[in-house]
Amino acid sequence: MAFLELKNVSKGFGPKGQRNEVLKDLNLSIEKGEFVAIVGYSGAGKSTLMNMIAGLIHPDTGTVTLNDLEIKEPGPDRGVVFQNYSLLPWLSVYENIYLAVDQIFPNWAVAKKQQHVERYIGMVNLTPARDKKPSELSGGMRQRVSVARALAMDPQILLLDEPLGALDALTRATLQDEISRIWQENKKTVVLITNDPDEGIYLADRIIPLTAGPNATLGPSFQVDIERPRDRKAINHDPVFKRIRRDVVDFLLSSRQQRTAAVTKKLVLPDIEPEDLSVTRELFGPKPRPRRRSEVKVEKVEVEV
Amino acid sequence: MKPFKLDWLILPLIGALVVIGAWHLLAGKKVVVKDAEGNVTSEERVGAIAALPNVKETWESSKPYVMEPFAHRGELDQGILRFTWLSLILVAKGYFIALLIGTPLGFFLGLSKAFTKMTDPIIQVLRPVSPLAWLPLGMVLFLGAGKNASDLAALFTIAICAMWPTVLNTAVGVRAIPQDYLNVAKVLKLSRWKTLTKVMIPATLPYMFTGFRLSLGIAWLVIVAAEMLTGRPGVGGFLWQQYNALIYEQIILCILMIGLVGFVLDRLMSVVERRFKTA
Ligand SMILES: Nc1ncnc2c1ncn2[C@@H]1O[C@H](COP(=O)(O)OP(=O)(O)OP(=O)(O)O)[C@@H](O)[C@H]1O
Ligand SMILES: [Mg+2]
Repeated sequence: MAFLELKNVSKGFGPKGQRNEVLKDLNLSIEKGEFVAIVGYSGAGKSTLMNMIAGLIHPDTGTVTLNDLEIKEPGPDRGVVFQNYSLLPWLSVYENIYLAVDQIFPNWAVAKKQQHVERYIGMVNLTPARDKKPSELSGGMRQRVSVARALAMDPQILLLDEPLGALDALTRATLQDEISRIWQENKKTVVLITNDPDEGIYLADRIIPLTAGPNATLGPSFQVDIERPRDRKAINHDPVFKRIRRDVVDFLLSSRQQRTAAVTKKLVLPDIEPEDLSVTRELFGPKPRPRRRSEVKVEKVEVEV
Repeated sequence: MKPFKLDWLILPLIGALVVIGAWHLLAGKKVVVKDAEGNVTSEERVGAIAALPNVKETWESSKPYVMEPFAHRGELDQGILRFTWLSLILVAKGYFIALLIGTPLGFFLGLSKAFTKMTDPIIQVLRPVSPLAWLPLGMVLFLGAGKNASDLAALFTIAICAMWPTVLNTAVGVRAIPQDYLNVAKVLKLSRWKTLTKVMIPATLPYMFTGFRLSLGIAWLVIVAAEMLTGRPGVGGFLWQQYNALIYEQIILCILMIGLVGFVLDRLMSVVERRFKTA
C-alpha cells in the first residue's frame, strides 16, 4: 500500500472564462522511504503539485492521501523546503529553526530543543553562521537553513521544491551531495522537485517527468537502478544513467503537444501599492487596484517555434 | 556645482542667511518723528511690511524667553523650552492614544476585506477633516468633564487627526505580508496568537513605523491649533496670546521653535524607522 498517493488530481486557477488549467489527471504513488524526483518545465505546475501535497492548496478534483488519510491542511508530518527559502528575515538562522522545533516538540525541555537545533545547524555545516540573519547569508546558505529547518521538524516526508534552483553549478553539486548524505542518514521519504534531469537521476530512486503545461500531467516513472553511494564523475558515463536521461528528456520534449514554447519570465514587482489614477474612483466601490506580487508570480509569453 | 569641503555646513548656512536677509529687508522699522525743537512727537513704523518685526527687534524681545528657557513668570509667561515641554507632553499623550487605537484598527483593516469595505468610506471622509473642525466637537463631547474639558478636547483632536497615517500604513503593511511567510506559519501550524506575534507583526513593523513617523508629524502640527483654541499654555497658546496682545516679535520665535521641534521629532523617528527597515 502506497504511503503518499495522488489519484486523478486536477487543479486550475482563476475564475470561469479565463481559467488556467494547470494540472490534469495526476496519479502518483510513493512508498515509504523512497526518494522520488519530479522533473518538469518551468511554469508547468511543479510548485502547485508541491503545495497540494503540503496541504496549502486543495485539488479541484481527485484526492491526495498520506497513510490513507486525505490531506486537508498543512502539518508537521510534511517538512517543506519552499522554492524561495521562506525564512523569516527578522529571525537568525538559529531562531528560524528554533521556531519550528519549539512548535513541533512543545513538550521537550528547553535544553533538549536547543541541542536539537544545534545538531541540525551542524548537519548542514552552518554552525559558524548560526546567529546571522537570512539577509546576511548567501543563497546557498539560505537553502541549507531551509533544509535544516525542514529536517529538524523530523517529518515523515520531506518535500523539496527546487531546493537548489537558484545556485551556481559548483554549490549545487556540493549541496546535492549533502542532500544525498542526509537522506542516507535519515532514510526519510523525499519528493524532490527539480528542473534538472541530471540532478533528479543522480539523487533519486525514481524520476517522473511532468509534461509541459497547461494541463500538465505526470509521465511514466523511470526507476534509477544505480548503486549508492553514487559517484558524481563516474555516473556521467554509466549507461543506465545515459539511457534514463535520454528517455526522460525525450519524453519531456515530445510532451509539448502544440508546437509552442512557453517562456516564463519571473516578475519581481516592487512591494508597493500604487493607485491607478486613470481610473475614476467610484464613491463607494472598491479602490481600483493593480495586482500585487503575491498574485502575479510569472508572466507567460507564448511563441511559435 | 561641485561638492567642496564643508559644503554640508556652508550651503545650508548661505540658504538661511538669504532667507533671514530677505525677512529683514521686508520687515518694518521704527522711526522716531521729531519736531523742530527736537522733541519726539510720534513714533511710526515704515517698511514694505511695516508691522512685521525685523530681525533685531525679534531677537531683543525674545531674549528673556530664550535666555531663561525654563523661567516660570506666570501661566502664560514662561520660558520657551518650558512652553515647548508642556506642548510635547500633550502631544505625547494624544499621540499614544492615536497609536493605541490606530494600530489595531489598521491590523483589522488589513486582515478583513469586509471590514475594509465597511469602513473605507468613513475613513476617507473623516481623514481630511481639519483639527480646527474636530476641536469644537471635542469640546462638546467632553462638556461634562468641566475644568478638564479643554484638555480632553485637545487630546481628542490630536488623537483623531494623528491616527490616520498609522491606520492606513498598518493596513497596507498587513496586506503586503508575503504569502511565503504565511505559508511557513501554516506548515508549522502556528496558533493564531503565534502567527500574529511571530510572523504578522514583525512583517508589518516597517510599515507600522512609517505610519508612526507620519502620525507624530501630524500630532505636532495639530498642537498649535489645539492650544490656540483652548488657550492652554504651550508654544501654540503662547503664540496666539502674543498675537492678541499685539506683540508680534514672539510669534516668529514660536514658529521657529515649532519648526525646530517638528524637525527633531521627525529625525528621531526616522532613526527608529530605519532600524526596523533593515530587520
Ligand atoms: N495562486 C495562483 N493563482 C493563479 N495562478 C497560479 C497560482 N499559482 C500558480 N499559478 C499558475 O500555475 C502555473 C504553474 O505555476 P507553478 O508555480 O506551479 O510552476 P512551477 O512548475 O513551479 O514553475 P517554476 O519551475 O518556475 O517554479 C503558472 O502558469 C502559474 O501562473
Ligand atoms: Mg516552482
